[in-house]
Amino acid sequence: MPVFNQSRSRIIRLIFLIVFIVIIGQLFYLQIISNQFSSEAFRNAVFTKIVFPQRGIIYDRRGKAILNNTIMYDLMVTPAEVKNFDTLSFCRLMEIDTAGFRARIREAIFKNTRVRPSVFQSILTPQMQARFEENSWKFPGFALVERPVRTYPYNIAAQILGYINEVDPEDIERSGSFYRQGDYIGKSGLEATYEKVLMGQRGVQFMIKDNLNRLVGKYKEGALDTAAVAGRGIRTYVDVDLQQLAEKLMSNKVGAVVALDPKTGGILAMASGPTFNPNELTGPEKTKNYTRLVLDVSAPLLNRAIKGRYPPGSTYKPVGALVALDEGVITPASGINCRGVYLGCNRPIKCLEDWAGHAANLRLAIAHSCNSFFSDILKKTIDNPKYKDARTGLTRWKSYLTDFGLGHRTGIDLPSEDGGNVPDTAVYNKEYRNSWNSCTMVGGGLGIGQEKMLVTPLQMANAICIVANKGYYYIPHFVEKIDNETKDDTLLNKYRQKHEVLTHIPDTAYNAVIGGMQDVVEEGTARIVKIPGINICAKTGTAENYRVIDGKRTKLNDNSMFVCFAPRENPKIAIAVVVENAGFGATWAGPIARILLEKYLNDTLQTKSKDDFDRISTTNLMPSYLKRLQYIDDSIRAYKWFEMTKDSTYIKKYTGINKGRNEKKPGERKDIPVNKQKTQLLATLPGEKRFRKTPVQPV
Amino acid sequence: MNQRNPAISKGIDWSLIWIYLVLVVIGLLAIFGATYKEGDPFLQSFIGFKTDYSKEFYFLCVALVLGLFILLTDSKFFSATANIWYVIGIFMLLVVFPFHSNIKGTESIIKVGAFNFQPAEFCKICVALALAKYLSRPETDFTKTRSQLIAAAIVLFPAVLTVMQKETGLALVFFAFFLVMYREGLPSGILIIGFAGAALVVATLLVEKNILAMVLTGIALLVAYLMRRQIKRKKQVFFYIALIWTICVGVQRFVVPFAFKHVLKLYQVERIYSTIGKEVPVEYIEAHKKEAENPSGKKKDTDYNVRQSKIAIGSGGVIGKGLLKGTQTRYGFVPEQRTDFIFDTIAEGYGFIGCIILLGIYLLLLFRIVTVAERQRSVFSRCYGYGVAAVFFFHIAINVAMAIGLAPVIGIPLPFISYGGTSLLTFTILIFILVRLDADRQMVLR
Repeated sequence: MPVFNQSRSRIIRLIFLIVFIVIIGQLFYLQIISNQFSSEAFRNAVFTKIVFPQRGIIYDRRGKAILNNTIMYDLMVTPAEVKNFDTLSFCRLMEIDTAGFRARIREAIFKNTRVRPSVFQSILTPQMQARFEENSWKFPGFALVERPVRTYPYNIAAQILGYINEVDPEDIERSGSFYRQGDYIGKSGLEATYEKVLMGQRGVQFMIKDNLNRLVGKYKEGALDTAAVAGRGIRTYVDVDLQQLAEKLMSNKVGAVVALDPKTGGILAMASGPTFNPNELTGPEKTKNYTRLVLDVSAPLLNRAIKGRYPPGSTYKPVGALVALDEGVITPASGINCRGVYLGCNRPIKCLEDWAGHAANLRLAIAHSCNSFFSDILKKTIDNPKYKDARTGLTRWKSYLTDFGLGHRTGIDLPSEDGGNVPDTAVYNKEYRNSWNSCTMVGGGLGIGQEKMLVTPLQMANAICIVANKGYYYIPHFVEKIDNETKDDTLLNKYRQKHEVLTHIPDTAYNAVIGGMQDVVEEGTARIVKIPGINICAKTGTAENYRVIDGKRTKLNDNSMFVCFAPRENPKIAIAVVVENAGFGATWAGPIARILLEKYLNDTLQTKSKDDFDRISTTNLMPSYLKRLQYIDDSIRAYKWFEMTKDSTYIKKYTGINKGRNEKKPGERKDIPVNKQKTQLLATLPGEKRFRKTPVQPV
Repeated sequence: MNQRNPAISKGIDWSLIWIYLVLVVIGLLAIFGATYKEGDPFLQSFIGFKTDYSKEFYFLCVALVLGLFILLTDSKFFSATANIWYVIGIFMLLVVFPFHSNIKGTESIIKVGAFNFQPAEFCKICVALALAKYLSRPETDFTKTRSQLIAAAIVLFPAVLTVMQKETGLALVFFAFFLVMYREGLPSGILIIGFAGAALVVATLLVEKNILAMVLTGIALLVAYLMRRQIKRKKQVFFYIALIWTICVGVQRFVVPFAFKHVLKLYQVERIYSTIGKEVPVEYIEAHKKEAENPSGKKKDTDYNVRQSKIAIGSGGVIGKGLLKGTQTRYGFVPEQRTDFIFDTIAEGYGFIGCIILLGIYLLLLFRIVTVAERQRSVFSRCYGYGVAAVFFFHIAINVAMAIGLAPVIGIPLPFISYGGTSLLTFTILIFILVRLDADRQMVLR
């Protein structure tokens, strides 16, 4: 057998070997050198699912949940599974038309492909959910998915608790990308301040997905998963009953109520009127309700207790008296012979009382709220002979007020608090080009809490706490403790610190002022507030205020103010009440405070208070100018919409019919013609301010 | 084994049998790994003939029985009936044309009851036998061009039929038989010309055509300059150089574009370009306008397949993720992974080490087959042995190369491992006939 070409068997083997070496070389590159593939495989096949923890619950002082979690349902659709489908009956059930149905399915396919579920409708109404559940067998491809939602069992404390919403890009940036698209974050109120505590810890689940992005199981049997840790609850000082009462009393009124526990600085109740039901901002109607609230000129979203700037009026007087006493310019026995007007400065200041002896000493002056007396003592404080000039006197006075917590933010655990305003020398130097004296401000009414002085209701309540405590206070705050508190929870540290700012004022001074405040209730301006068996110390206030309406500075009805604390011997509660444009302090604000005092101290209401409660809670004291403002606001927005869309139905109800009436005086208009065609609210315009400042801004 | 029946076991090359058994078990495991669904009852689905691995298991049983029958057959039977088998093979290939099933993308399958039968697969055996038979004829003088052409025709005829059944990949397998011819004395020049041609085609794809033409012209002028003395002596040399240059430029300017525009399908063009990592030129897409407008399943995003396959293999790392742990292969990212891309399952599950072991086993198999072929006394057995080696080599090299992105995706199975009854039976028959022939290597077969 001739065996030529035998050498070629070696060549053939060589070819085999070379090809295999090339293949192994490429394998070596793919599997060992290059490391991009395993991360690509991970990205391909592993879906990192964030497990959202339950948000923490907020409790009141007795452990009742003011803010809780509940489950609502999103309707999800997987377009590929929608087969043999009765579109018509589905549409009837969901109250949409078939075109809308198709559009939503198209959108779902576009967003998430045919095989992955996407949201068909977020947050169903309970009725719709029930209807769907009954008929769900008819609709393959549709399913309900749970979605945790905040709920407010008592329908109260909307402005305190705040609300949560999906994070916006700024939130994500601010948090250093800790939050991700789709996360919820506390946007305002306690939800925002205690976000870190309430949110809990997110868990991560690594899920395996297949080539069509369907989840098919857990990655490595869940070995790398971390469980979500539920947010911790927070315990507040808020008394649900008191808060409910306060909110009812403030309904249909513009103003605020703050009730503090002087011993701890804990806030027992904080109501701002007008308010809204917090449950309106969850659930299916959320966007619609939010728009309505934002566009309301009476600003229900605004928490006036911390953001309303009011001249304190006579409620400032106890503070003024303490400053004068400590500065040594008066003694408790000092008096003034007032006959209804103060003429110490070139501008006369009227006093409500004109009978002789109503300001014979400090107690009487407080009890009868003598304007002359308090103007006089401010003048004396500023022109204190101890100091070389009025500037030093005013600076001293200002530093006292700073110690009383006025003119700067108190530091409450709510975001965006207002600091109010207490004027200092710089303000007058600028306004009067350095030529001013004590009469400049006393004549303007600074001695009786007017002129440039502006405080928030919270600051008023806090100042009264300092008086009641005879010199010390705790920063007002809501949260008493955090569940499972650790050393890392530094949020509450500043609220547990006692601030002994004014304990250097002698007790005799405090006793004189407190005695005067008690007399206010016993025999003075606030006899209406008297509760048998409790020594209440209080001060009424009636503050003038102005506002620019239709380009004119208009004097509005006086604000009704009231501050008090009780019992005198062992103060348990301090309250500040402001009712805008309601008149005398004793008429509206006083009874409101009394009802709250009685409820908190006695836990029941006597018949008189019950009657008062019914009367007050049903009275509408909304200032009439609001309607005018609303009209102006709406018509301007409508015109802008008209310009954008060229749809004249937007402006129809504001044009033609209404000609000539626009010049009508503010406050008098009762009939704003409403065109039936366009009664729904217009959306906010881009760039429009979403939170208005308080409507009451002195000018 | 089989010691009681010395007639069968005598002379059998057990190493081949063992390698064979190891490979089929690996194959079964790989198919199991690729298609097992979590929570399936294990035994039940293995016996139930419902799942792919169960089916493959039964195919394996059939294949082993068939192998046993082959071992019991007289080895003269194969040489004697080689030509008949070839005729049968061609006949079956022809039968496919009117009776092929309507499976998408191919016209090469006949449905027999519940089974799909692919004659093109089976035909490899026939060609291996017939080629061996032809080359072993005493009157065949393989140094003559005529004999070479006849041998080429034996190989290429079924290849052409297979191309007509839209199975380009399977058709290419027949080219592997040129390795047999090379062993039997086909001039090296032909292989070199073949390689040169392939290089020219690849260069055409890679280089801009005018530049390539200039380069070719430059090479021709350089050669003419270097050979100026020969040209002076013999004018014909210049003529040959000019002729070769003309052919090269012709191929580059006209033949390749023509093939890409009119012979190949768009998906094939796309696969070729995705292998070399370039975009398909606009003119080729325009030539296939009709196809591009009605995309069918087969040519969907060819790039995707290779990329996913590379990800699967690459993510295996050194030691792999373990059986049933590969996320790429378990969750459908790699398409066709139980057939064309079965290698991914092993590469992802067992990593570089697993791949080396598998390729080592394959190399051992090939070398063993070559060794076995070389020790034959009969030309028929030797040629057949080389035929088997060539077919295996082609399948292994191309299949793995396409999984790792070195070759265009032409869809041929990995021997003994890819899912598919026909291919398993074919490879089993191929190797068992060789074992049978080898057992009788003392005989001289004609």
